[in-house]
Amino acid sequence: MEDTRTLRFFNRGPSAVARLVFFSVLSLALLFVDARYKYLESTRQIIAVIIYPLQRLTALPGEVWNGAGSYITLQGHLVADNEKLHLQHDADAALLNQMQTLQAENAQLRELLDVTQRADYTMQMAQIAYVERDIFKRKLFIDKGEQAKVQAGQAVVDNGGVVGQVTRVYPLLSEVTLVTDKDIAVPIQVVRNGIRAVVFGSGNISELELRYQPVNADIEVGDMLVTSGMDGTYPPALPVAQVTKVERDPAYPFAHIVCAPLAGVDRHRTLLIVSSVPPLPERPVAETEVDDAKRVKKLVKRSKP
Amino acid sequence: MRNDLARDREFLLPASTVFIVMSFFVAVVLEWLPWRGWMLALRPDFVGLVLLYWCTHKPHRVGIGIAWVLGIFVDVSDASLFGQHALAYSVLAFGGLVLNRRVQMFNLREQSVHVFALLLASYSVYAVVHWQVRGFVAWEYFFGVVTSALMWIPLTHLLQALRRPRRDPNEL
Repeated sequence: MEDTRTLRFFNRGPSAVARLVFFSVLSLALLFVDARYKYLESTRQIIAVIIYPLQRLTALPGEVWNGAGSYITLQGHLVADNEKLHLQHDADAALLNQMQTLQAENAQLRELLDVTQRADYTMQMAQIAYVERDIFKRKLFIDKGEQAKVQAGQAVVDNGGVVGQVTRVYPLLSEVTLVTDKDIAVPIQVVRNGIRAVVFGSGNISELELRYQPVNADIEVGDMLVTSGMDGTYPPALPVAQVTKVERDPAYPFAHIVCAPLAGVDRHRTLLIVSSVPPLPERPVAETEVDDAKRVKKLVKRSKP
Repeated sequence: MRNDLARDREFLLPASTVFIVMSFFVAVVLEWLPWRGWMLALRPDFVGLVLLYWCTHKPHRVGIGIAWVLGIFVDVSDASLFGQHALAYSVLAFGGLVLNRRVQMFNLREQSVHVFALLLASYSVYAVVHWQVRGFVAWEYFFGVVTSALMWIPLTHLLQALRRPRRDPNEL
């Protein structure tokens, strides 16, 4: 009878100690290979695939229990849940809308920040308060006025370029005339070749005109126009417009050049007021205010070279 | 001494291969149950216990080789390193084989003390490997030794009862 035999190691192959050593070494080798080289992943996966159904089977009772619980949920619970979810959804939708607006605003503010860093002059941020409702005027009101030391004549820019000019200052508001207004002229330079010119508003929201250029002027579609800074109002090198159409008709003395403004003159909510354009020296004729020593110095410096 | 004789007879109860395999299978399934948190730390090592049971009761049938193969399976299902459980179970089976005569002399309560020592050795092997490879040891892991040793008595009763031949209803 098998069970009555004593445990005689040597009659039954290798001794227990030998087996222990053998299997221990085998285990350690496996451990080493697994921990160091990850060679055994495929073997592990094969065994895992074999035992996966069994493992699922053991998890089954718990899943069935949970599933049964949710299956027998009462109608009342469902209705209440549904109501709650609806409320939640409404609240979330409102928040989401708000967030989208905020995101757009944030993106624009970031770009503005970038503009401020590019420019050397200090800038003041302002929000658009109202837009003029008269379709013949291209004007808007911003929420910075005298209290923020805004002065008429300051340029207003956004991340794209020049938006317009402060034309009137109220205690808490300022009126900005957009570059597309018929009364506004901006001295510009063509980036490609440095031609100086003046661009005029056309009254149309998306058009500017480059007037008084000879028919043979070297201006092409796609040319970038930037402020020249020669008027003392706009800081130099701010983008203003891009040429979109050039008509050269020999019947007229001047070419008809149409440009599109680069700034979002009709888009954003936040604008920058360029607050301190470096003052230019006075014209020689107007000598009355030249008592400012600094200005004289500058004048001297400039005239030297 | 009648008691001892009875115990000897208990040890000599027959065991079919199918029964042994089934007992291991049930043990593995028990380990796979979704134990979590503290329950996981307190989870008795069912496979280890069943293995020890067979190593002490049927040392000719179940040995270190079977322990090792079983360890590999548990390694895969536990996602431990290959050979980690295999090594621990080899040590456990060796302990069971060496102590099998000695364990038979004690009653169940005294046996569970032996079982505690053997399991502690096996758990330590596992923990040392873990420490060597991963660099830390979770001490609550050793609570499993206590619960496993406590499980020894009911487990032995259960397996013995299942092995005992059914009394023939027609017997006088």
